[in-house]
Amino acid sequence: MEALIEANRCLTCYDAPCIAACPTGIDIPAFIKKIATGNLLGSARTILSANPLGASCARVCPTAELCEGACVYGPDTSPIRIGDLQRYAIDWLMANDRELFVAGSPTGKRVAIVGAGPAGLSAARELARAGHIVTLFERRPEAGGLNTYGIVPFRLPVEVARWEAAQIVRLGVELRAGVTVGEDIAPHDVLAQYDAVVLAVGMGAVPTLGIPGEDLRGVEDALDVIERAKFGRPIALGQRVAVIGAGNTAIDAATTSRRLGVEFVTMWYRRGPSEMTAYPFEIAFARGEGVAFRYHRMPLRIDGVDGAVASMTFAQTMVIDGVPIAVPDTHETVEVDTVIRAIGQSKLGALFAAFGVRHERGIPVVDDRLRTTNPRVYAAGDCIFRSGMTDAMVVVAAQQGKTVATSVDAALQGVAA
Amino acid sequence: MADLSIELAGIRSPNPFWLASAPPTNSGYQVMRAFKAGWGGAVWKTLGDPIVNVTSRFAGIGYGTARMMGMNNIELITDRPLEDNLREIAECKVAYPDRAIIASLMMEMKRERWHDLVNAVQAVAVDGFELNFGCPHGMSERGMGSAVGQDPELIEVCTRWVVEASRVPVIVKLTPNITDVRVAARAAARGGAHAISMINTINSLVGVDLDSWNPIPHVDGRGAHGGYCGPAVKPIALNMVADCARDAHVNIPISGIGGIATWRDAAEFMLMGSSTVQVCTSVMHHGFGIVEDMIDGLSNYLDERGISSVREIVGKSVPKFGDWNDLNLDYRIVASIDPLACISCNKCYIACEDAAHQCIDRLRDPLGGTTLVVDQEHCVGCNLCQMVCPVEDCITMVRVDDGSKATTWRDRSLAPAT
Repeated sequence: MEALIEANRCLTCYDAPCIAACPTGIDIPAFIKKIATGNLLGSARTILSANPLGASCARVCPTAELCEGACVYGPDTSPIRIGDLQRYAIDWLMANDRELFVAGSPTGKRVAIVGAGPAGLSAARELARAGHIVTLFERRPEAGGLNTYGIVPFRLPVEVARWEAAQIVRLGVELRAGVTVGEDIAPHDVLAQYDAVVLAVGMGAVPTLGIPGEDLRGVEDALDVIERAKFGRPIALGQRVAVIGAGNTAIDAATTSRRLGVEFVTMWYRRGPSEMTAYPFEIAFARGEGVAFRYHRMPLRIDGVDGAVASMTFAQTMVIDGVPIAVPDTHETVEVDTVIRAIGQSKLGALFAAFGVRHERGIPVVDDRLRTTNPRVYAAGDCIFRSGMTDAMVVVAAQQGKTVATSVDAALQGVAA
Repeated sequence: MADLSIELAGIRSPNPFWLASAPPTNSGYQVMRAFKAGWGGAVWKTLGDPIVNVTSRFAGIGYGTARMMGMNNIELITDRPLEDNLREIAECKVAYPDRAIIASLMMEMKRERWHDLVNAVQAVAVDGFELNFGCPHGMSERGMGSAVGQDPELIEVCTRWVVEASRVPVIVKLTPNITDVRVAARAAARGGAHAISMINTINSLVGVDLDSWNPIPHVDGRGAHGGYCGPAVKPIALNMVADCARDAHVNIPISGIGGIATWRDAAEFMLMGSSTVQVCTSVMHHGFGIVEDMIDGLSNYLDERGISSVREIVGKSVPKFGDWNDLNLDYRIVASIDPLACISCNKCYIACEDAAHQCIDRLRDPLGGTTLVVDQEHCVGCNLCQMVCPVEDCITMVRVDDGSKATTWRDRSLAPAT
């Protein structure tokens, strides 16, 4: 009933600004209208035809920054709750199993996709619909990437990420999970066995802080903390947690720690509040969850007792020309049980080189159709994310998956994209 | 506070808000509650020969999430004994002597039987009769209700039978299920009716259940047409009231019925010639309490305009409504869009582009947005853009002729050929 009221509130704008604000270009007024008419199958199809990751995006998209931010209602009249309506339609589909998409007539062409995260899954679905033979290589035991392993469960339950990946795999996509390209299979073999390769490998592990004491017990990576909490094997964190970093993953690690029962969770950041890369609503959420914030603090060293973390020392910073510099004689030592590193993720330059792809500081060089310098190799998703260029969002990865599929398909069919 | 008391053909009530003959006036218990809430009058649920009702009886139709925009019913006249109804009418009149109680009547087409019914009912102190020549379902298949209202000769004859026996004013309630309501209204006037009321409900089928393929409502899998009422029928009713109000051969007072839910609706019906208004569906939706705002809103409206009595507005818009051929062909308005109020939903653009005269342009601005501009040279002033605009006062219709000329189609037809 609530969904119907909200759906009926939509004006059904012509050339609606919400569509333009969606990176995947979902026809939002159309799917909302279909909810209003009781055509939930059609609504789910409208969403998922534009966005193969529509289920997870309904939960994790920063809608206030995208579709809802563009709604003609608002800020004076509240915008249509597009994210919630999308979730309503997709929840219906998850509860009522229907086959929405089918594989295309076989082309006989083979495509390898390295990485079964959002970008890889999106590309896999579109390439399968185009009739290509698709193999998804995934180093982890399950598909879904960060959706499955890296987003806190109260934002995106693992069942949703699993369902989403299963929808795509059942189009006849071969999922080779637990296979790490570059270790279990050599890049040149992949190149030899497939007509085209899509690199959607995301980013590597969280880099180290480069300070003394990082080898002590109790120094953890944010993604591990989230993954183990999500799969019901949480890491013992103690009662005092220091989270180093200020992005969305740092926030997720901090709020997860609170929900795991940690009493004191503090986020430490080298710059000021306005420079945090986490979304404002995420920061507000973390505050509401009882997370404390300390700004202009740079980690200097971690000290331990009997090989376990006991305290951490920070220096005050000042930001000069955008670079945080430690201010001398401003040391401050706090007692901590766990240090969580959340300062971004490292790049995978060596892998790209092995595929014959030119990269700049670990980021493959791609053209506007996401083709790399190796004409048979393409790249999409977080692995081509450059700060300032685009946002590392699931919905952007989904759109890049579509784009890369269009490029690959055009090349394999011998037509211009 | 303005005087809301009113009179319809000699029937007085402290305000113009009456309950229509329908389920809300089925019993003394209900009418007492209504009078306590403030209703000025009640037309009692139709009295006549005993009937048997069916279940189910009603169905509603919504729009979007608004419920009961329209309602359909297949309930018949009262299913309670005449003596019970008469006793309760008398009790209500004693408790609320200032309110109007009108008895709705229906009977087979026999003079003696009508006389017997009229005499039985006027033995208790009713203020008037309303002849149910409008009920479109069930009773019409037995030669009563709208079967009478669709035949001017029967209307005239039957009205005369009642008038010759009645000691109180007689109102004839008309059916809208005809081509020209004035023909029926004139017949009632010829028969001696002191007033007419309209409209009764409209033949209707609310819907078909897409799971069972049963009609809605259904009685054990079968349906029959019902009578349609509620806010959706207001424009149909208002037009019929206006038609009768301006007809010289009708020329008797009108009690307006059909989709009246608020004081605004009531004021519109009164401006178009209704002396009183009757309400049913809105009470069925919200209860008798709605009359509080009807009284308060109408009173405030009159006070704001310095009008001391509601009687002063009755019929004031009637001279403004008539034939298309009398409309001024030189009057010209065009749409104007306020760019500061516009929220860029583009509803007006697509409405004009696809369904009107392609007179709204989307101009790209340097920042990548669009601005909607009316091509006022070609705009025909149809109002569609203003109707679809969700923002109050964003689109206004602006007069562009200088008012110096006013020719009608009638003028042009009569003009000598040159």
